[in-house]
Amino acid sequence: MRHLLAIAELERGDIERIMERAEGFAEVGRRDIKKVPTLRGRTIVNLFYESSTRTSSSFELAAKRLSADVVSVKAAGSSVDKGESLKDTIATLSAYGPEAIVIRSPDAGAADLVAGWTEAAVVNAGDGKHEHPSQALLDVYTLLHRLGSLEGKRIWIVGDVLHSRVARSNVLAFRMMGAEVTVCGPPTLIPRAVDEALGCDVTYELDGLAEADVIYALRMQRERMGEQFVPSIREYVAGYQIDARRLGSRQLLMHPGPVNRGVELAPEVIDGPNSLIAEQVESGLVVRMAILYELLAGGRPRPDGGRTGDPEDVGTPTPIKEPA
Amino acid sequence: MSAPLRPVSSLGWRGGGEPAGDLVLSRAAVLDPRAGLDGAYDVVVRGGEIAELAAAGSVEAGDAEVVDAEGRMVLPAFFDPHVHLRTPGDEDEEDLETGTRAAASGGYCGVLAMANTQPPVDSAADVRSLRDRASEEAFVPTGFLACVTRGMAGEELTEMAELGDAGAIAFSDDGLPISNARVMRRALQYQHLVGGQLALHEEDHDLSRPAGAHAPHKGGVMHEGIVSAALGLAGIPSVAESTMIARDAALAAYEDARIHVQHLSARESVAAVAAAKDAGVRITCEATPHHLTLTDEEVRSLDSRFKMNPPLRGAEDRQALIDGIRSGVIDCVATDHAPHSIDEKEVPFEEAAMGTTGLETAFATLHTELVIPGVLQLGALVERMSAGAVPFGLGPPSLAVGSEASLVLFDPQAEWEPGAEGWESRSSNSCFAGRTLRGRVLMTVVAGRAVYRQRSFAMGVA
Repeated sequence: MRHLLAIAELERGDIERIMERAEGFAEVGRRDIKKVPTLRGRTIVNLFYESSTRTSSSFELAAKRLSADVVSVKAAGSSVDKGESLKDTIATLSAYGPEAIVIRSPDAGAADLVAGWTEAAVVNAGDGKHEHPSQALLDVYTLLHRLGSLEGKRIWIVGDVLHSRVARSNVLAFRMMGAEVTVCGPPTLIPRAVDEALGCDVTYELDGLAEADVIYALRMQRERMGEQFVPSIREYVAGYQIDARRLGSRQLLMHPGPVNRGVELAPEVIDGPNSLIAEQVESGLVVRMAILYELLAGGRPRPDGGRTGDPEDVGTPTPIKEPA
Repeated sequence: MSAPLRPVSSLGWRGGGEPAGDLVLSRAAVLDPRAGLDGAYDVVVRGGEIAELAAAGSVEAGDAEVVDAEGRMVLPAFFDPHVHLRTPGDEDEEDLETGTRAAASGGYCGVLAMANTQPPVDSAADVRSLRDRASEEAFVPTGFLACVTRGMAGEELTEMAELGDAGAIAFSDDGLPISNARVMRRALQYQHLVGGQLALHEEDHDLSRPAGAHAPHKGGVMHEGIVSAALGLAGIPSVAESTMIARDAALAAYEDARIHVQHLSARESVAAVAAAKDAGVRITCEATPHHLTLTDEEVRSLDSRFKMNPPLRGAEDRQALIDGIRSGVIDCVATDHAPHSIDEKEVPFEEAAMGTTGLETAFATLHTELVIPGVLQLGALVERMSAGAVPFGLGPPSLAVGSEASLVLFDPQAEWEPGAEGWESRSSNSCFAGRTLRGRVLMTVVAGRAVYRQRSFAMGVA
């Protein structure tokens, strides 16, 4: 893989390879020294045009665990604020010779454009309402850990599908791994023709929720309520909130965060035994390490002349000490 | 009843860099369905007119320039009722000279420039100044529309009578709809005094800008459908166009006014126009080469060259437009030639400016995509390429003997790649760049004057 731009561009084999590598890094994470030298001397740029807590921090930590040098650029306070175009910003950052650029943008296709403007590998950390592939991969990883396989599993994605890049990436990734996906939400928040576009079922009510093995709740973007996509939060909660009453004992619960407590999820289920929300965050780190590894070390020549990317290269990582 | 049609060449232009010399196009395949012509002739142009259609190979040249047209076609030149020449205000994207050179190279003998410039054309002084400049700079006859509402704000009518006296050929707020039905109705009423055509950009912003009044810039950026659902892009539903057409057709009927609907994109719109025509409404409409040949599948690439307004729509919409062109529900082809600077297009899709250039590729594109596959008769296409003059009170060119000689020499076999040798337009945002097109304009003649000769043809290598 040269870039990670969209789940739509991946094949099942790509996902499985990343899952295996993430497994190897999970083993590293259980050691005292959690760092491997794989990307020592390489530079990774994190370019975030939108606010983000977990995605930016986990990409940054993933890069550091792989011993890369990390430059994090946030739009606020940078030359982006002064009107610099994306193309010029990429040209500037490319002058540092980064091996990878991780970009989050409010615009669909931004990562694809960047991939055309730089030599670096590009990771899409969320582009508008289009895709958020690393989120989908960490969610697949989390579910594989619990369920062993997604084959034939029923996954319901509930909430504001219209504005959700997570929904788009996750429907594609879950289906690619063999799951059947249903999206559910108020008709005003379900895009027209989404069933044909993504190959999922669509329903406007939670009536059939009991069939789901996994319930994936989306963040309700309360800031949009001024536009009347739903008449009120109260009515949304009545129709779509996942609470203890609706969540079956054998069903797993996921959410990409940050959660609006008391809106899409009732407080009692967030920290309940069915919740995978904390595990999702943990998975985020090892999956993003695996993504960076896949793009930067997967079979490419190493600076020292050897080749990385052999399975044992991950399986037997050499812990190193922080430089003094 | 409407006034008699006046010749396209009565619009402002330089009158030709070359004097109107005599010209013989020998052994040409002449096709002009309107004049009932379809056969091989020697076309003799003298004194700016079609002087003679003689038996192929029979004419002695004398002093006239002879062009070997064997294996080539002579067609009536095209007319585009919808272009953006970006003057005044955005001359870095296009000006009267470059835009009309692009038109000449596409086989056009006349264009109508929209009024959504910077500032918009809404005063008599603006119109006079543009007409003066066209008479010095324009390679082909160029008419100018003026705004329907002041500053295109959609609130107050412009001084349409004065603008008409100053030479505005018609009125349009193109780029923006006239959202307020009361303002639209007033414009239709006032047409009885002024007489000018009202060219309408039909779009209900309440439907096409789903983010609502809180973020007007975050409106729809592509057709609402399967592709927009897959990409997570805000959609412009087809009904944003068709409901406005239905509204304005009803208003036009009520006021006994006439309207011209610009750039139809949706099958619902074709149906709305067809219904209005059946009901006797005085309505005409146009479709663009890109809507007739491309669909929203192109947008999967998120390539901003495929971002335009109205957007590329689905395959069924495209088919309805083709059917409309075939049946005549759609009166004419218009390019909506919309030049943009690279900086406005080399940005993420949602941020990019809307529009594609079209003058240089229109006929070749439609010939390649519709005529060669047998979807549309060449004669029908030729007729629709110049029929856009009529709704604006202008006579389309004719190849009948005695007519003003505005014609195109076309090589139906030539293959070429648009943009490979650069563009006549100042802008390069063509959604057809890099494709292989079959059929090329070799020469364009306006009122007997050669305004364009394709480079290798002019050098005798074509």
